[in-house]
Amino acid sequence: MHSVANFDIHYRQLLDAAGMPTGEWPGFGRDPAQLLAMYRMMTLCRVFDTKAINLQRTGRLGTYAPCTGQEATHVGVGAAMQADDVLFPVYREYGTQLWRGVTLAGIYTYWNGDERGTWFDGPRQDFPWCVPIASQMPHAAGAAMAFKVRGQARCAVAYIGDGGTSQGAFYEALNAAGAQTLPLVAVVVNNGWAISVPVAEQTAARTLAQKAIAAGIAGIQVDGNDIIAVRAVMEEALARARNGGGPTLVEALTYRLSDHTTADDATRYRPAGELEAAWQREPLLRTRHYLQAHGHWSDTQEAALRADCQAQVDAAVSAYQALPAASTDSMFEHLFAQLPHELQAQQASARHYAAHKG
Amino acid sequence: MAKLTLVEAINLALAHALQNDPDVVLMGEDIGRNGGVFRATAGLQQRFGALRVQDSVLAEGVIAGMAVGMAAQGLKPVAEIQFMGFIYPALDQICNHMARMRNRTRGRITLPIVVRMPHGGGIHAPEHHSESLESLLCHHAGLRVLCPSTPARAYGLLLAAIRNPDPVIFLEPTRLYRLARQEVEDDGVAADLDCCHLLREGQDVTVVCWGAATHDVLQAAHALESESIDCEVIDLSSLSPIDHNSILDSVARTGRLVIVHEAARNCGVGAEIAATVAERGLYHLHAPIRRVTGYDTVMPYFRLEHDYIPSVTRIADGIRETVQA
Repeated sequence: MHSVANFDIHYRQLLDAAGMPTGEWPGFGRDPAQLLAMYRMMTLCRVFDTKAINLQRTGRLGTYAPCTGQEATHVGVGAAMQADDVLFPVYREYGTQLWRGVTLAGIYTYWNGDERGTWFDGPRQDFPWCVPIASQMPHAAGAAMAFKVRGQARCAVAYIGDGGTSQGAFYEALNAAGAQTLPLVAVVVNNGWAISVPVAEQTAARTLAQKAIAAGIAGIQVDGNDIIAVRAVMEEALARARNGGGPTLVEALTYRLSDHTTADDATRYRPAGELEAAWQREPLLRTRHYLQAHGHWSDTQEAALRADCQAQVDAAVSAYQALPAASTDSMFEHLFAQLPHELQAQQASARHYAAHKG
Repeated sequence: MAKLTLVEAINLALAHALQNDPDVVLMGEDIGRNGGVFRATAGLQQRFGALRVQDSVLAEGVIAGMAVGMAAQGLKPVAEIQFMGFIYPALDQICNHMARMRNRTRGRITLPIVVRMPHGGGIHAPEHHSESLESLLCHHAGLRVLCPSTPARAYGLLLAAIRNPDPVIFLEPTRLYRLARQEVEDDGVAADLDCCHLLREGQDVTVVCWGAATHDVLQAAHALESESIDCEVIDLSSLSPIDHNSILDSVARTGRLVIVHEAARNCGVGAEIAATVAERGLYHLHAPIRRVTGYDTVMPYFRLEHDYIPSVTRIADGIRETVQA
């Protein structure tokens, strides 16, 4: 008996939890303007997210899935993508979406139970949030196939959670993307918990990145709270995919500092000590430490940034709350390019009852 | 004009679409090198290349899901599911995404997809290869479901499906693939969607059917002529949406309705037709509506499949009893 194949999974970290560089940084890491742009976006996410939770708690927003603690992964991925790449999110990767031009008001509109939130004025080809777990993965493979058919140097980027890697669609899409050499980068945001089930109970695999091995594609693990490493790993994976090198699975190790959604209460199943320890590794603080230690940032600038983010968020809240209610007709208007005759009577009925309610 | 079988007419329509629209891409299991297990795509990969006619990996969910991603990029994927009994892994993609994307993005992302698949039994196939599962799909908003019954209609409807800006499920009756030939002109003319077709005019009873059952119904109607029973036969053709108005017009003339389908009766498409005629046409009826369908059993293995599929005799009995009621 002899070994016929061997595989390694590598881990990348470039900025540790204390804000100290731990390896050689790529070009963007030496450009303070780029670092500050990413830090500002992470901060906007945190302010937006905190406000969303408060809005839900006070009855002004529907159930909401927070992104607290995962901002470095989300913004790092967004910063690495090109504008004409296409994003296939799950439902909490706001940092990537905001970086790509989705509006704060649009995200609030979606979570307030209104389809108009998925209109996406900015990235017109990006997919909306995907609630059925892992089903976005084949969509991304399909878009990647379209880029291949048309000879376009573009990439599809798909998010998935740690729990999502248990789904068939996750494996199927990675396998297809590998077999057909598609420009796809899949990002597993391993935040430790699939609602109440920890990763250790989700799989016997030591890493989620190693799930790439069975698909015959590249797999790498990265500190997902380290925006430098996330962006670096993503830039490499995207460049490889764009140049015909096939897909990559990136596992970003982060932590869900929030409940799963505002309808969840993680204190019922998650040890308090684990949460407290995770707050010590969170992404904003280490980035700020680095920036301040290197003279790129000050307490005054931090206060100004927070105030600016708060103003943006307040404006977005006003915008979504001012949106007139959608018409009953809209249930029918977007079902088909042309509404079949048989549905017109139902539309008329819905219109009648909407007009006479109350 | 060539006389073609139904599967040859499908091949002709696919070739026409590939030739005339660079966005059309075929995908499915064994459709390329092998030309499809029923030969529906024979010769097309050789003609149009492996990127236009793609051999997919063996996963129905990924075929349907990739079609969503491709269509969102402006391609017009025509995906083949090898047999309808294998549709289940694709249903998450078809029902949760294909059918809903236009609506949930308020028209920002639209999906011009056709999902083709063999439908029904009667060809002595193995287990899971003979299913009639149209009800699963007709229940979902945002999908069209078509089922042609002749080569010419298959050609025209498939072109219409491919050119339609929304997802279309295209059911191909396996029993008809090679049953008969018909002159089919390769004129690129798409058939009308959302309407049924009158196969035979009659005064005594309206018989609504689709797919392979249409041929059995026409035989039954012919046999009943000797008993002076004059059947009007409607090929439903579009199973969703249903052209209820045409059915109601016919029932208003004949006063009787029989619905024939191969699928199981419980929650079948026939139930929807019967309910609508009861709601909107009850006072035209001289007799109770009758359904002649597959049984609410598991589709049997092929040794018993002809006991399951409504036979000409069973159909004729159903029509006769309705007319004599």
